[in-house]
Amino acid sequence: MSLLTKLRSTFENQSRHGSEGRVGTSLRGHPFFRSMPFWLPPTLLMGLFVYGGILWNFVISLTDFSGVVRPEYKLSNFDFDMYVRMLTDPSFWSATRNTIFLLIVFTLVCLVVGLLLAILVDNLLKGQGIFRTLFLLPFALSFVVTGVFWQWMYNPTMGTINTIFDTIGLSILAQDWLGDPTLRLWSVMFALVWQYSGYAMIIYLASLRTISRDQYEAAKVDGAGFFTMYRHVIIPQLSSASVSIAVVLMVFSLKAFTWLYVVFGSNPGPAADILGVMMYRQAFAANQWAYGAALGTVLFLSSIAILAPYLRYQYKRGEL
Amino acid sequence: MQLLALVQSITGESDESLADRFEGVSRKHIIATVLTTLTGLFYLSPLWGGISTAFKTKSAFINTVPLAPPPAGEITIQPWVVAWQTLEPALWNSLIITIPAMIFSAVLGSIAAYGLTMVDWRGQVALMSAFIAAIFLPKQGILLPLSRFWNTVNIQGILESLGYFTLPFAHESHATLLTLIITHSAYGISICTLLFRGYYLTIDDELIEAARIDGADMYATYWHIILPLSYPMFMVVFIFQFTQIYNEFLYALILVGGSDPSNGAPITLALAELNSGFSQNWNNQMAGAFITAIPTIIVYVLFGEQFAEGVKY
Repeated sequence: MSLLTKLRSTFENQSRHGSEGRVGTSLRGHPFFRSMPFWLPPTLLMGLFVYGGILWNFVISLTDFSGVVRPEYKLSNFDFDMYVRMLTDPSFWSATRNTIFLLIVFTLVCLVVGLLLAILVDNLLKGQGIFRTLFLLPFALSFVVTGVFWQWMYNPTMGTINTIFDTIGLSILAQDWLGDPTLRLWSVMFALVWQYSGYAMIIYLASLRTISRDQYEAAKVDGAGFFTMYRHVIIPQLSSASVSIAVVLMVFSLKAFTWLYVVFGSNPGPAADILGVMMYRQAFAANQWAYGAALGTVLFLSSIAILAPYLRYQYKRGEL
Repeated sequence: MQLLALVQSITGESDESLADRFEGVSRKHIIATVLTTLTGLFYLSPLWGGISTAFKTKSAFINTVPLAPPPAGEITIQPWVVAWQTLEPALWNSLIITIPAMIFSAVLGSIAAYGLTMVDWRGQVALMSAFIAAIFLPKQGILLPLSRFWNTVNIQGILESLGYFTLPFAHESHATLLTLIITHSAYGISICTLLFRGYYLTIDDELIEAARIDGADMYATYWHIILPLSYPMFMVVFIFQFTQIYNEFLYALILVGGSDPSNGAPITLALAELNSGFSQNWNNQMAGAFITAIPTIIVYVLFGEQFAEGVKY
């Protein structure tokens, strides 16, 4: 009998001959109501702040709320002006382009780096724990902290990276990592990969641990080299881990804000502006509240667009 | 040894690494060690560059590269003193916000998960999906309503009418701190619920059955059986939430007026302010970044296992 069936029958029995001494199935005894004191308060609180917030945000986006105009919550006043404005705003399109760039490139690079780290650590004879701790450490730090560190790393005159190049005589490689618009987004991505690859590594490590040792031995017996074994035997089995990591990373790139704000302020410029930062800038720096709300709604819908297929996929596999 | 290996290969489980299975040091291990060490050094470089700069005197700062440690005689803790003076009150704010919020969100997550896994009713999965989706919520989608909400719900006024400010330890920043505590608790519920739910699904239903036979209702079952069993998971959730809430920046940015710790600014806000001046004082900023990072580093080093557990969800 499945766990759920067992539980269901357990509680159905309880509602029939419950400790309260009721006879017959009453509505009050139904598990939905009996468990309500447990799940209802958190659900209400969460629902208010999350879904109530989303709804309210959408309504604001339909108004003309800005620093000068007060929000008029009148049906007659609702329109999609802000969304039209978005479509005709060049800074929206550059921010979208950059966000999609992060979405795809950051996710892919992070997956690859995380996988490589996991394979490296898994193949260590000693010191596994130390390196796991080391690679995951950036993930435990605040983006404010890492933003400060990377600003120093990327400093064009005295920063760590350029001075290393100078010292080993490769001054030609020293760049203005944050100043140069063509490099800026790549620099951002690089620092974010540094911070998030540990997360990917941990998930991959857990997944690698579930792969039976037999397969490694069988591959070895078959004469498969190291790389062949990984490419054809091991990595294909990591696909579900990859998907779940990718979902998290992609949603992160939608909401990334803090690192960029600490390093660039509220306006990173068209080369590195992303929707997550643009929303803040429009809503709070420029006081264009309704416009900011529209951007927020776009971000929310984008994250749902990424999440919904994934949840459905998990549900179909019975893993939800 | 053979039997153990056989059993492990059947269960598919192993807490040894791949390398342990093949005894003896092979070329593969050496390459792995070398590569991992090099990568590890690279990963440390931002942190090392930071800490070495934080201990340098002004002249050492100008004359040496970041990667070089401060030369003997040019080591100073002055940057740390300066940074600490600026950040210390904000650190207390951060802790006052983080610890209650982590407790509230964990408790609420635990009872929500209990209600959603220990009984079976239709629509459970749908409700759980709503929780999961809430985890992935981009904050930008609710920032404006959040700031409008706390503008309307005047915590300051409520506390005043309750006579809170007549208490000896009360401070005007407490209204802001309470606002942040509530905010973080509410938004933390979803991840805590998911974490506990994963854990509760593994609890043997025989246990629940036994409790039912003994006449326990839902409350007794939770209090006497589930809750004690949850302690390890509470550790995981606490560690994870502590890190998340302490490191958080955006809610604080929106909800705290300015970055003055006496207004309730947490340390992330204060550090950003330290970093944002026109003239960059790198030594102080590096020291400040480390001071900010220290609580999370301590928690991470002491409880790394639990943190990794929380991350895996």
